[in-house]
Amino acid sequence: MEEPIGINKFVFSRESLKKKFRLSEFLSEKIITGVAFLSITIIVLIFFFVFKESIPIFQSKKKEIAKVETVQKQEQYGTDSSVATNLSGQEQYGVTGTDSLMTENQILEEDTVVHGSDEATAKSLMGKQWLPVSDNPRYGLIPLFVGTLKITLIAMLFAAPIAILAALFSAAFAPHWLREIIKPAIELLAGFPSVVIGFFALMVMASFFQNLFGYDGRLNAFVGGVAMALAAIPIIYTITEDALTAVPRTYTEASLALGATRWQTALFVTLPAATPGIFAAILLGIGRVFGETMIALMATGNAAMIGINPFESVRTLAATIGAEMAEVVFGDTHYNVLFLIGSLLFIFTFSLNALAEFYVKGKLVKRFQGKQS
Amino acid sequence: MKEIKIKTKNLSLYYGAKMALNSISLDIPEKEVTAFIGPSGCGKSTFLRTLNRMNDLIPNVKITGEVLVDGLNIYDKQIDVVNLRKKVGMVFQKSNPFTKSIYENVAYGPKINGINNRKKLEEIVETSLKNAFIWEEVKDRLHDSAMGLSGGQQQRMCIARALAVEPEIILMDEPASALDPISTAKIEELIFELKKKYTIVIVTHNMQQAARVSDLTAFFYLGELIEFGKTRKIFTTPDKKHTEEYITGRFG
Repeated sequence: MEEPIGINKFVFSRESLKKKFRLSEFLSEKIITGVAFLSITIIVLIFFFVFKESIPIFQSKKKEIAKVETVQKQEQYGTDSSVATNLSGQEQYGVTGTDSLMTENQILEEDTVVHGSDEATAKSLMGKQWLPVSDNPRYGLIPLFVGTLKITLIAMLFAAPIAILAALFSAAFAPHWLREIIKPAIELLAGFPSVVIGFFALMVMASFFQNLFGYDGRLNAFVGGVAMALAAIPIIYTITEDALTAVPRTYTEASLALGATRWQTALFVTLPAATPGIFAAILLGIGRVFGETMIALMATGNAAMIGINPFESVRTLAATIGAEMAEVVFGDTHYNVLFLIGSLLFIFTFSLNALAEFYVKGKLVKRFQGKQS
Repeated sequence: MKEIKIKTKNLSLYYGAKMALNSISLDIPEKEVTAFIGPSGCGKSTFLRTLNRMNDLIPNVKITGEVLVDGLNIYDKQIDVVNLRKKVGMVFQKSNPFTKSIYENVAYGPKINGINNRKKLEEIVETSLKNAFIWEEVKDRLHDSAMGLSGGQQQRMCIARALAVEPEIILMDEPASALDPISTAKIEELIFELKKKYTIVIVTHNMQQAARVSDLTAFFYLGELIEFGKTRKIFTTPDKKHTEEYITGRFG
C-alpha cells in the first residue's frame, strides 16, 4: 500500500468521517439568517406600532356605546360650526336637513365644548366628512378614500397607456442605440424627488391646465393625477420593458417568419406573452400613486370632497397623514385615526404588491407548463 | 433538372467586420429537398436565414451579392420583407409555439393575413395540421395550450403553422436536432411528403439525416461553399477531399 500523497491525507475511517463543527460556516449562516429575519421583523414591528396607535378607536367603541348616539348628534351640530361653513357652504344644507336632530342638538349644545367626547367609531369613520379640527370633529374616511381612488384612477389612465406604449416602442421598435438612451433615461426619472414633481405641478401644470380647461379651482384631482402619473410612468415603464424583452426572441422570429409585420408581432405576440409582467407593473404603479404623499399634498388642493368631477379638489389618505400628523395632539382621537389611516395604507399597498407577485408567478407557471390556453 | 427556385450570386455576409459567408453562389431547384451540412459555425444557418431575410433582425449585418427567388432579388430596396416571408416560411431549431392554444397557433398566420372567417380558419387549421401529420394526435384538444405538447409534436405543430400561410419555400433550421429518434423519423417522413408541394431547404448536423431526406446536398466549411451536388454523389464519390473527410467523420 502506498501512502496518500500531497496535502490531502484523507484516510477513510469512522473517525475521519465524523461530523465536524465548522465555526466560520456556522457563524456566516446564522448571521445571514439573522439579517434576513431582522428586516422582516422591522417591517412587522413598524406595522404593529402603527396599528397599535390606532387601537384606541376600537376600544372606545366598546366602552362607550352609549355615547355613540351623542357623537352622532354632535356631528349634526358641528356642521353649523364656522369651520365647516367656511370650507363648503353648500354641503351643509343636506346634513342639517333633519329637523328633529336639530332640536336635540340644541339641547346638547353645552356639552359640545367638552373635549374628549369626540370619539371615532366604526360608524363615524364611515361618515362623509373629514373635519378633524373643528369644534366638533368628524372623522369620516369616505372622502379620503374617494379622493385617493379618484387620483389613482386619473393617474393610471395617463400613466399606464403612455408607459406601456413607451416600453413597447423601446423593446420592439427602437433601434439599438436609441433604446440604450431611452431606457436609462426613463429609469433615472424613477429616482426623481417627488417634491420636485409636486412643485412643477403646483407652479406650471396647474396654471397650464387651468388655462386649457378654464375651471375654477387651480389645484384639483386632475392636476394631482397627472403629476402622479409622471411619478408612476418610470416604474410601469421599467417593469413592462423588462417583461417585454424577456419574451423569448424565438417568439418574435416565429411570428416574423410567418409574414407578420413588426407591429402585428408586437401587438399579437410580444404583448400578450408579457401580460403577467405588465399587470404587475400596473399594480406597482398603483401602489406608488396610492402611497405618494408629497405630490398629493402639493397639487391636489387637499379639500376632502366627494364627487366624481375630476376638476374638484381632493384629499388623499397619504396626504392627510402628511399634513396633519405634525399638528395633532398626542394620544388624541385624531392622532389615532391618522394611525388607522397609516395601517390601512400599509395593508392596501402590501396586498397590492402581494397580488402582483403571486399573480405573476402563478400565471407564468401555468403558461409555461401548458395548463392554460 | 427541375426549375431553379432560389439562386444566390456571390452572396457574402459580414457580422461587423467578421466575414461569415464568402461569396456563395448556389442554385436550389423547385420541389426538391436541399440539405446544408457542415460543422458548427460554418455559416450554413446564416446562409439559410439570408433566404428569407431573417438576418435583418440582427444589428451590424452587412450583405453583398444577390439572392434571387423566382428571379427577383429579395435584397432589392423595393422588396417588402413581410410579403417575402409569407412566400418563404421557416421552421426553427427549437420548437417555438406561442403560449396560446394549438388552434390559435396555427390560425395566427392566416389571421394576420386578414382571414377572419371562422369557418375558413377552421378549415385552414385542419388542413395544415393534417399536412403536418399531427391532426390525429391533437384534433380533440385543439383549444388546449400548445405548451402541453411533447417536443416532437410541438415541432410538427410549428411546421403546420408555417404551412398555414401557404408558402412556396420552407426553410428548416435543424428541425429535428432537439428530438428523439421516433420524433425525428416522423419529421423526416413529413419532409418527404412536403417536397411534393414545397421547395425545402434544410440545415442539419446529422449527416445520415441529410443522406436520408435530401435530393441535393451542399457542404459548407468556414463560411465557404465547398461542394454542392446530388446527395448520392456527395455521399459516395465527393469531388473534394475536404468533403470526403467530413462525411467519413475524420473531422467536424
